Amino acid sequence: MKKLFKKTPLNKQIPLLLLIVCTISAPLLVVLSSWFTPVDDIFIHLFKTGLPEVLINTFWLLLGVAIGTLLLGVSLAWLTTTFEFPGRSVFDWAMILPLAIPTYVLAFVSISLFDRIGPIQGLLRAQGSDLVLPPIRSTGGVILVMTLALYPYVYLFARNGFQTQGTRATEVARSLGQSSWHTFFQVTLPMGGPMIAAGVMLVLMETLADFGAVSIFNYDTFTTTIYKAWFSMFSLSTAAKFSSFLVLLVFILVMAEQAVRQRRRYTTAERQPAPTVRTILTGKRCYAASAYCGLILLFAFIIPVIQLLRGASADWGQHFDARYLGFLSRSLLLSALATLLVTASALLLVYAERSAHSFKPNLLVRFATLGYALPGTILAVGGMILVTFIDHQLKNRLGLTTVITGTLLAMMLGYLSRFMILAYNPIDSAMHRVTPHMGEAARSLGATPFMILSKIQMPLVRGGIFAGSLLVFVDVMKEMPITLMTRPFGWDTLAVRIFQFTSEGEWNHAALPALTLVILGFIPVILLTRQPVFKG
Amino acid sequence: MRLRTIFISKKMVALGILVVGLFLSRPVVAKDAVAEAVEIVVYSSRMEQLIKPVFDAYTKETGVKIKFITDKEGPLLQRLLSEGEQSPADLFITVDAGMLWKAAEEKVFKPVSSPVLQANIPAHLRDSGHRWFGLSVRARTIVFNTKKVDLKELSTYEALGDPQWKKRVCLRTSKKVYNQSLIATMIATMGAEKTEKVVRSWMANLATDVFPDDTEVMKAILAGICDVGIVNSYYYGRLAGENPNLPLALFWPNQGDRGVHVNISGAGVVRHAKHEKEAVRLLEWLSSEKAQSLFADVNLEYPANPKVAPHPTVAAWGTFKQDTINVDIAGKLQIEAVKLMDRVGYK
Amino acid sequence: MPIIELTNITKTYPNTKAPAIADVSLSVEPGEILALLGPSGSGKTTLLRLIAGFEFPDTGAILLGGVRMNSTHGFVPTEDRRVGMVFQDGGLFPHLTVSQNIAFGLYRYNKIEQDKKVSEMLRLVSLESFGQRYPHELSGGQQQRVALARALAPNPIVLLMDEPFSSLDPDMRARMRDEVHAILRRIGITAILVTHDHDEAFTMADKVAVLNAGKLEQIDTPEMIYHLPQTPFVADFVGSADFVSGEVKTDGFIHTEIGRFPNEGKHPIGNSIVVMIRPDDIHLVPDRNGIAEVISKQFRGSENLYALTLPSGQRVHSSAHSLAFYPVGTRVRLELTATHTVVFRDDKEKAEK
Repeated sequence: MKKLFKKTPLNKQIPLLLLIVCTISAPLLVVLSSWFTPVDDIFIHLFKTGLPEVLINTFWLLLGVAIGTLLLGVSLAWLTTTFEFPGRSVFDWAMILPLAIPTYVLAFVSISLFDRIGPIQGLLRAQGSDLVLPPIRSTGGVILVMTLALYPYVYLFARNGFQTQGTRATEVARSLGQSSWHTFFQVTLPMGGPMIAAGVMLVLMETLADFGAVSIFNYDTFTTTIYKAWFSMFSLSTAAKFSSFLVLLVFILVMAEQAVRQRRRYTTAERQPAPTVRTILTGKRCYAASAYCGLILLFAFIIPVIQLLRGASADWGQHFDARYLGFLSRSLLLSALATLLVTASALLLVYAERSAHSFKPNLLVRFATLGYALPGTILAVGGMILVTFIDHQLKNRLGLTTVITGTLLAMMLGYLSRFMILAYNPIDSAMHRVTPHMGEAARSLGATPFMILSKIQMPLVRGGIFAGSLLVFVDVMKEMPITLMTRPFGWDTLAVRIFQFTSEGEWNHAALPALTLVILGFIPVILLTRQPVFKG
Repeated sequence: MRLRTIFISKKMVALGILVVGLFLSRPVVAKDAVAEAVEIVVYSSRMEQLIKPVFDAYTKETGVKIKFITDKEGPLLQRLLSEGEQSPADLFITVDAGMLWKAAEEKVFKPVSSPVLQANIPAHLRDSGHRWFGLSVRARTIVFNTKKVDLKELSTYEALGDPQWKKRVCLRTSKKVYNQSLIATMIATMGAEKTEKVVRSWMANLATDVFPDDTEVMKAILAGICDVGIVNSYYYGRLAGENPNLPLALFWPNQGDRGVHVNISGAGVVRHAKHEKEAVRLLEWLSSEKAQSLFADVNLEYPANPKVAPHPTVAAWGTFKQDTINVDIAGKLQIEAVKLMDRVGYK
Repeated sequence: MPIIELTNITKTYPNTKAPAIADVSLSVEPGEILALLGPSGSGKTTLLRLIAGFEFPDTGAILLGGVRMNSTHGFVPTEDRRVGMVFQDGGLFPHLTVSQNIAFGLYRYNKIEQDKKVSEMLRLVSLESFGQRYPHELSGGQQQRVALARALAPNPIVLLMDEPFSSLDPDMRARMRDEVHAILRRIGITAILVTHDHDEAFTMADKVAVLNAGKLEQIDTPEMIYHLPQTPFVADFVGSADFVSGEVKTDGFIHTEIGRFPNEGKHPIGNSIVVMIRPDDIHLVPDRNGIAEVISKQFRGSENLYALTLPSGQRVHSSAHSLAFYPVGTRVRLELTATHTVVFRDDKEKAEK
């Protein structure tokens, strides 16, 4: 006979929630704890020299990339979900592919092709042409390249938003005599708003945290200052202090985004999106649509891949050996493991957050997912300090030697802390579609909370889980600092391989691992995006 | 209750297995090391492709295995500091003297009193406190377009600030440690004031924004954007190796005074090394004549051991006089150098 | 023995002052259908959720089937209470077929038993051929019938329905009411229905509990609630009513502007009294010397509802035969056919006391 009485859900879910939140935010807290050490003269020097310029640079970069990815991501998602034109069914998933190309790779390829010293301008000069391309090493150039590299985040979210909002609202608008153009601005876009905002937030965080691409452009941002404090001026504490400004900034952005989202919470009136009927574009417009998608894909994906292919083909015989299969399989294994772990934790977090009665953990959860906005190496060092601290405690108290440091567990903790938001955001958005009544109905039918999670909520947020795991998988594979710092001996991956060549300036040898990484990255892109959006 | 367990999804089961797997995956720890063959552990910011051939040769010769992990030097140093006495590392290899100096400051190294190392490595390429030793020399020198520059025009680093080089100079970013250590040695020999004036005059002569990479500096020279630049010699070696007919050559500056600026790739034995004796032996071997060629040649650097001749390709660039100021000055004055470059707007 | 017993239940939500449920006690006998009736915000849904175990009372005891559901140590979770729930929007699982939805609560049974039970339930709600459909392929009424079948399948000890018909159109609502009523009667299950519609409460329920601002105003049979409301709120909420003030005179009757009423409440002489009167208790007869005047008329199909003014300015309503026609301005005399008088003490006076 089992015990009849149970503790209230209030008490049941909070420990789980707190456990996850604490685990994820611990490295972040280590970084913030830098404020317990006094401000050194490095901090003052960096604060006084160059900070205004760096802030202005960062501001323009953020603004430009936000607008750029918004324009590209939303317009592409609108085209591929609302209209029918030649190639649409391919573009529909192909537009996500640039996600698999690391930002710094796209930056390097773009610069080596389009810079004044690159082959294209060289060719122009050789032909005696007076045509001078606008300089790529410029604010506009960085923004353009990062936009091309990061728009898939917005595209993925906007596409999901447009697909699940169904056609009824747009049909109503059309019936009221609105053109498809007006309908887009007045109905489709506002309704997809929360999803799109979530995508743009990821782009902003990624842009803030980026070091690879901006350093290839030698474009000084806040993150370059952080790196400078640590690597050039030996002050990790100043680097951590500057990083905490990033945390603060992003926290404000996230709260603002959420405030807006809260005021305009849309629940879809239709329980099921009606099958989407796409408007068939004709004449010039259909070719314009194809050309637009094609052009973006050309610059964001096809050209970089061709460049990588050229580099890799020279290296093929020399570097592709049995060890290479090791890099490849470890990349795959780590990404798969991290994806499973991060997605499952995100799901539990979303679930625990919703079932905790009368306790609003929202702020806490939001804070815990900010690891994505920190430069990876800072978060990694936060995690390292934490893990070694635990190991020291275990040694001193229990006599155990190095339990966590240098194990996959330490790696996974790092990934969890950094990539939680990638899985959390889409799952959280998708969970809005599960009405509370569904959960209550299930409980009244005798279902335990766990059954509700596995039988009701998980199947219903499948779309969100797919999107989240895709993002985590691809991002873990591209990730460098945490992998470098926490990997066990011998656990070199493709990303580590790329790092080893690029850090010595051997970009030509980095092409083969980069290409492999891109190919591995688009296997899940194709697999997951081919999954039908959830249909009941 | 039993029936409910069938609702636990397969995914959750898989997750459980994986979590258990994570714990099992931890590497064999040092306590079993006595029973096993000794395995030296190296933390290295010198990348795998440059150290693995050398380590493989050592293992082949002595039977001693070496395992290593590569990363940037900042994170590696921080890792050593955090791990403290629990660190598995025996040897820490960097590609910059400044970081070796910093690591020594942070008491990461243990002094090594080895007559072999002191005999093999010149005094200016190792720590006076015997905590670290240079293993290869990276010369930072002037590169020029042979079609546009007359050799007579070139003399010193400082002279690149002369008016005749207006709009003819290309430089790499000041964020790269090689430039920081160059400026640090200039501060040490000429004083901060004079150095600042020189760097300012370089800035005035820049043909274009600074580059993130030495290779790009040379490509810019080839593209005709500028005529001279400052690069590490092995980058030139790589580029020239791909295409020997480039109108590009190295020039050894300051031969009349302090000599060419050099930095080192070097190593020290970690304070809490579990295999201290073996690590010292490896370090001594690395400084020996047969290992020095291997260590330097793989990246077209100069051996630190003066008894060892450089690779024929490198030797073809001619001999030169090195700046013999102790390379630890790169670390000591690095912060000052960075501040100076910030002041004059060298990005 | 009552199957549901609530004693002195109080529930206050965090950050609110007024309790959502204040000291409510009631019980439901096996096989009985109870309607919780009240305006929005009256606490009727909260009460249902307390019984279901989605919310927990601050004080008081909830007994289901004689078993205590709450104590100071904790609560029996919903999933162990064996209650069936039907929500306003059905709460169907959109990713499961009708059959899968119904089978959801049958996980303790084996596949054969599940199939048997599912087809039994489909037959019960006359949806035999819809088992393989998905919820979005059904009409609103069909969805609610699936929700009912799903709730009934695991043999709950009580069926809880939260405004189950309110999202349906009026025609469908009436039909569903009858159908569901018949089904509940056929299987003889105890049920609680939350509604704000008194017609619905009256047609479906054996007993009606009227809630207002978290308090239980009255619990009784529909007839008693309608004819003998115990508070002006109940009187007003369960049907149109006019309240006419009067005074207990020495003759022992309550004297009002429209006539004399027996003092059934035995109120002391001299007290101010309010008398409730329903439109179907007032008949109007055209009379040039009548004290009342017709001011408007609403045609209601089966009847005409007249609004009248009295000399004091008070308005009362009277329903008349749909063919009886009196133009606005007609002076009329009122004839009262009330079989009983519902009187309340005048609240104004009570306040003065």
